[in-house]
Amino acid sequence: MSATSSTILNLPDQRTATLPKRNYINNEDGLLSWLLTGDHKRIAILYLISITFFFFIGGAFAGLIRLELLTPQGDLMASDTYNKMFSMHGIIMVFLFLVPSVPATLGNFLMPIMLGAKDLAFPKINLLSWYLYWLGGLVVLGALVLGGVDTGWTFTTPLSTHYLNTHVVTAATGVFILGFSSIFTGLNFIVTIHRMRAPGMTWFRMPLFVWSHYAASLLMVLGTPVLAITLTLVALERLAGIGVFDPTKGGDPLLFQHLFWFYSHPAVYIMILPGMGVISEVISTFSRKRVFGYTAVAFSSVAIALFGFFVWAHHMFIMGVSNYSALVFSLLTMLVAVPSAIKTFNWAFTMQKGSITFETPMLYAFGFLGLFTIGGMTGVFLGALGMDIHLTETYFIVAHFHFVMVGGMLMAFLSGVHFWWPKMTGRMYPESISKLAAVTTFIGFNLTFLPQFILGYLGMPRRYHAYPPEFQVLNVLSTAGATVLGVGYMLPLLYLAWSLKYGAIAGNNPWQATGLEWQIQSPPITENFIEIPVMDHEAYDYEWLEHKTAQEVTTVG
Amino acid sequence: MSEFHDPSNVVNPEHAEHHIVTPFVYGMVFVTLLIFTGLTVWAAYIDLGILNPVVALAIACTKAVIVILFFMHVKYQSKLVKLTVMSGFFTFLVLITMTLTDYVSRAWGLW
Amino acid sequence: MDNAIVATHPHTHETAVAAEHEHIALPQHRHHFETQEQQREAGTFGMWLFLLTEIMFFGGMFFSYLLYRNWYYDAFVVGSNQLSIPLGAANTAILITSGFFMALGVWAAEVRKKGLLVVFLILTTLFGLAFLYIKGIEYHEKWEKHHIPGAHFDVSEFVNPQAHGLHEKPLAPDMAQKTQIFFFLYFAMTGMHALHMIIGIGLLTWLLKRSSRGDFSSGYVAPIENFGLYWHFVDIVWLFLFPLLYLINRHPV
Repeated sequence: MSATSSTILNLPDQRTATLPKRNYINNEDGLLSWLLTGDHKRIAILYLISITFFFFIGGAFAGLIRLELLTPQGDLMASDTYNKMFSMHGIIMVFLFLVPSVPATLGNFLMPIMLGAKDLAFPKINLLSWYLYWLGGLVVLGALVLGGVDTGWTFTTPLSTHYLNTHVVTAATGVFILGFSSIFTGLNFIVTIHRMRAPGMTWFRMPLFVWSHYAASLLMVLGTPVLAITLTLVALERLAGIGVFDPTKGGDPLLFQHLFWFYSHPAVYIMILPGMGVISEVISTFSRKRVFGYTAVAFSSVAIALFGFFVWAHHMFIMGVSNYSALVFSLLTMLVAVPSAIKTFNWAFTMQKGSITFETPMLYAFGFLGLFTIGGMTGVFLGALGMDIHLTETYFIVAHFHFVMVGGMLMAFLSGVHFWWPKMTGRMYPESISKLAAVTTFIGFNLTFLPQFILGYLGMPRRYHAYPPEFQVLNVLSTAGATVLGVGYMLPLLYLAWSLKYGAIAGNNPWQATGLEWQIQSPPITENFIEIPVMDHEAYDYEWLEHKTAQEVTTVG
Repeated sequence: MSEFHDPSNVVNPEHAEHHIVTPFVYGMVFVTLLIFTGLTVWAAYIDLGILNPVVALAIACTKAVIVILFFMHVKYQSKLVKLTVMSGFFTFLVLITMTLTDYVSRAWGLW
Repeated sequence: MDNAIVATHPHTHETAVAAEHEHIALPQHRHHFETQEQQREAGTFGMWLFLLTEIMFFGGMFFSYLLYRNWYYDAFVVGSNQLSIPLGAANTAILITSGFFMALGVWAAEVRKKGLLVVFLILTTLFGLAFLYIKGIEYHEKWEKHHIPGAHFDVSEFVNPQAHGLHEKPLAPDMAQKTQIFFFLYFAMTGMHALHMIIGIGLLTWLLKRSSRGDFSSGYVAPIENFGLYWHFVDIVWLFLFPLLYLINRHPV
């Protein structure tokens, strides 16, 4: 590693690399060996295929929504169809894509390897969570096939309990089941992190990817059950006509929102935290520097998780919560900006004076940094009481959470998928076309959602299928952007599939990264490690890696 | 830490020896719980004003703590398990207190 | 962890030796755990995390209870007075007894007494069933009195208690309607609790079958211990439900 070349792709390691004869993919054959597997890597692949499937279904709804909004009149679909479109888009994207996206795929695949364990603590529960995911997914799709649901993903009462005649109960059942899937993933991660670490793997030697998953898992375990009971109560209210959320019977509809957002606000951190973990790994690897302020970044993950439970009522400022309470929640909301900013600044400082290279994962990570910052900062606007009253329920809020969720989380997800693709499949993705995809995604994303900030500021409300004609220009821009974005998302699907057969052989450590997962063969063997590794260095210790590589070259050559 | 291999987590602060609670302790706990059950019914018939629910909850909490400590072995578990149990109740308290900030102050009206 | 010096030589350490011994003996040991000890602790911890989710699950209902009890205190009092203290107290005692036998079952498994384990598990199950039976009687009474929330809910008893031979303050009609919320919460909370009991009894039957085969009397006790945690948790929920639902205001007005 003495002569650092401009790209780190051409390391000796890779040119001579061959695919290992025995690995987790070919260890057993047949469909059943996949469907009944306990191997966390295989479950991760099953999850990856599943969430990609649901992502494109959810994306199709998004496409239809944008197509409808191309013109001010409702000419593509009727208003109730439009309501069903955005509801299904929301439910699928939130519960079937964003929540399990990074944890269930990359997290499942990498967590045990990063900790030096052979598997997650409970492989059967891990598999069960995948089956529950599909069961929940099929029930949600069932609600769609039966005629759809038009509550929005929030199931807000009394709309969902009294005014709609769609398949709310079916959809709520699906989400309830998906909650269990998510709980089991989180539970598995927490136990694994506490109990399965390799010798020498202390808490502060764990990669930040693991830290952020730990924080997200805490939220999954503590938050999700509240959603479960809330949806149960909604279903009971529809089926049995009981009145916990029904004002005519003395119930309080706001109680629903309190309970719902008690889960669903932490849920946005469930979605974004694992993405932040991916970014920490990617930025460190492609800057060839230890993450700046490792401890601060690690603790900021936990702080985000903790603060996440104290801010939920900022979703309800205009819903009738008391002014005093709104003030408290508004102030607490500002607190979340602190750990998020700690992370962003530390990533920036990690890159400072690093030897940065621009591989695809890094391009996505750059995209994440910018878009997440915009998304986060507009979140501060929305957390401020006065601004929120003007901006909430407009396209501003739509743009805000798409910047965080799509611009942040999806970029991080794609970054991670590219980054660990060689580890998962043993083959490289094609570099130039994937760079093109990354740039396309970035451009398409900004074209789609930046106009929506302006639209929202000008007062265009969300969740309507028609709008005044003066908003058309910006809406056309947004729809055009969505098309570009769609292309940006289709490209990886195509070339990653192509690379499975034709990609260059990756070798063990194509990025010269330091994580334990890069020190084993790619794709790994079923038990991950031939012998249990001993962690004798800090995380992101590039000198250790250099030393190790040098030693290997001497021994081999 | 890394000089020797410690798969059983024997030196890990998160570890606790497997402790077997004796039937005698279980019996004591059982009797205590029954006494407290009688106590809570008895207390309900006395007019203590605002203290009635407080007493009822205090007795229920005491019983719950006894069950958690002895029947559920938390007294003999590692700090990790103790912390886990507490974090559950902590989050529940967050749910209650933060939601109550709304309900308590709703009647105060606008400023 | 006072014995840190001993622990640095795991092979001389009592548990490490036992664990290695069991590693060969027990087929329940999973390949990805290095030792039986690690597996056992992971299982316990996992079970506790699951119980955390249960706390939060019931927590949502407990909060609803807290809110509506404060809003509609009078309705909650008369609703609560409709419940039978003897049945509720008996059920509390029955459930505590069931939990006691469960605890003894865990002990029997830990000291590897197969016969005792089976007996204690049967007793646990029987007391659990007794609890559900009494709960069924209570539910049936509510059904007959039209106190099940929904279209057939009847408030006449609360609007005009004297006509029904009750010594309660009559409630204004709109407050009387709020008893429905009390009864809904009563049914939701006890129903969800009973559902957990039913699941628990299902698991108990399975554990009984396995323990009569001798699965848990050779040192592998994790399923019994973890199920015990679940069963005691269900007890704890009831320990709160009983005073909160049955004993709101029992002293003479």
